[in-house]
Amino acid sequence: MNANLIVFVGTVLLLLGVATFVGQWLRKRESPALDRRAIESFNSRIQAWWFFTAVIVLAFLLPGLTVLLFAAIAFWALREFVTLTPTRIGDHRALFWVFFFFTPMQFLLVYLDKYGLYSVLIPVFAFLFIAARAAVYGDYDRFLERIAKVQCALMICVYCLSYAPALLYLRIEEQSSRYYPAGMLFFFITIVLASDLLEWFWSRVYGRHLIAEKIDPVMSWEGVLAGAASTALLGVVLQWASPFPDWWQTSAMALVIALTGAAGSLTMSAIKRDRGEVSSGNFVEGHGGVLSRIDSICFAAPVFYHVTRYFFGVA
Amino acid sequence: MITETLLTWIARAISGASVRWVESQPDTCQRVYFANHTSHLDVILVWSALPTPVRRLTRPVAAKDYWSRGWLKPRLAKSFNAMLIDRTEIKVHQSPVDLMVREIGRTHSIIMFPEGGRSSGESVGEFKSGLYYLAKKRPDLELIPVYINNMNRILPRGEFLPVPLLSSVTFGPPLWLEASEPKPEFLDRARDAVLRLKEV
Repeated sequence: MNANLIVFVGTVLLLLGVATFVGQWLRKRESPALDRRAIESFNSRIQAWWFFTAVIVLAFLLPGLTVLLFAAIAFWALREFVTLTPTRIGDHRALFWVFFFFTPMQFLLVYLDKYGLYSVLIPVFAFLFIAARAAVYGDYDRFLERIAKVQCALMICVYCLSYAPALLYLRIEEQSSRYYPAGMLFFFITIVLASDLLEWFWSRVYGRHLIAEKIDPVMSWEGVLAGAASTALLGVVLQWASPFPDWWQTSAMALVIALTGAAGSLTMSAIKRDRGEVSSGNFVEGHGGVLSRIDSICFAAPVFYHVTRYFFGVA
Repeated sequence: MITETLLTWIARAISGASVRWVESQPDTCQRVYFANHTSHLDVILVWSALPTPVRRLTRPVAAKDYWSRGWLKPRLAKSFNAMLIDRTEIKVHQSPVDLMVREIGRTHSIIMFPEGGRSSGESVGEFKSGLYYLAKKRPDLELIPVYINNMNRILPRGEFLPVPLLSSVTFGPPLWLEASEPKPEFLDRARDAVLRLKEV
């Protein structure tokens, strides 16, 4: 591991420490001027950030363990997703395969670095299998709707998320001293979570035009654009720690991450609204569960992976 | 003791259950927990949702003909201290309710499913009269309604492999049999108490 990366990890940990301290201090203060929900939201974001940082720091030592932890996160997210989705008894066997075969298999293939297989396992094999298995049961009531829900759950929670640990096995050109697999994942997660926080911050400060009020009462055009711009700027500042050779490349990648991440959290909110918050509140305790903490990662990871692979990858 | 802990953990892992007490607190006083019944795992689920000191004093009521078959089931039933009730052979002074009253004595609580059998899941079936007679014989028992949500999707009727979705167990406020309350009214009231927990 090179010195820059150590400094980068150290800086992130230090900033997280400061953010945690500020968050807890604000939480304890009794002041009517403070928005309780905003502070809670801030604190839960920081908490999730700590968690992901810990998971990725492990990757520097044991990449396999990081893959396993991401598999556990995916399993839990899938659980939440399918719980919110009405399925019928006809989908039961298909769901069993989804949970106990496709999910572990996807992450096993990521671990074994079988790109040719894991990039098609879910979009091709699971996609067809789920439909066929549900058809074998013989219940055609709202058939298309039901299988689409299961397929969507598997795609978002497992397939998309699996591209985050897959970054550990991505080989890019110029295997210079600046490139380190776990560093790539660390860079990615840091930018996703930072952009998430920046977008939320700008939305609260300058938000005028909400994107979709009925879906997300906070996210605004100003927030997303200012957030994406400041994330791109952050990319420039972080050039010294970035896996990409030029500052404009780092910046462009940060922009890609920020925009896809915002799209992810908006889409996931739409899915949860559709299912009704009442039911989610019943099952998922705390801050809306795992699903709302990984929504931006789910969307940003596969796009980031493939863009990086296309422009910088070696076959 | 080890099997008990192990069973509790397995049940919690499979069902991913969040446990809630609504206008009600866990207590070691003698109680009857009555719940809707949708899956084979319900018994273990409610039992494992109780805090350990309460669980030690609580015995699930289960059908003897089902739980004494095979090798595994009797052992399982023993480890969660189930009260096996014969529902085929009913004699005078040996009715299931008499047996229950005798078995719980002055210390134990019980878990029962007044629907009799498993319902398909969406709706809660009509309650059998056992709960009424039990309340009549022992009016001092607190009757706690319990609503189990989503278990019918985790292990539906006729399936043997569970899908690990999330479920919830909600305990509601106690109710008692009112003086001279007719049986149908009481059973409806008890059923409504379970159904009301679906909404909260």
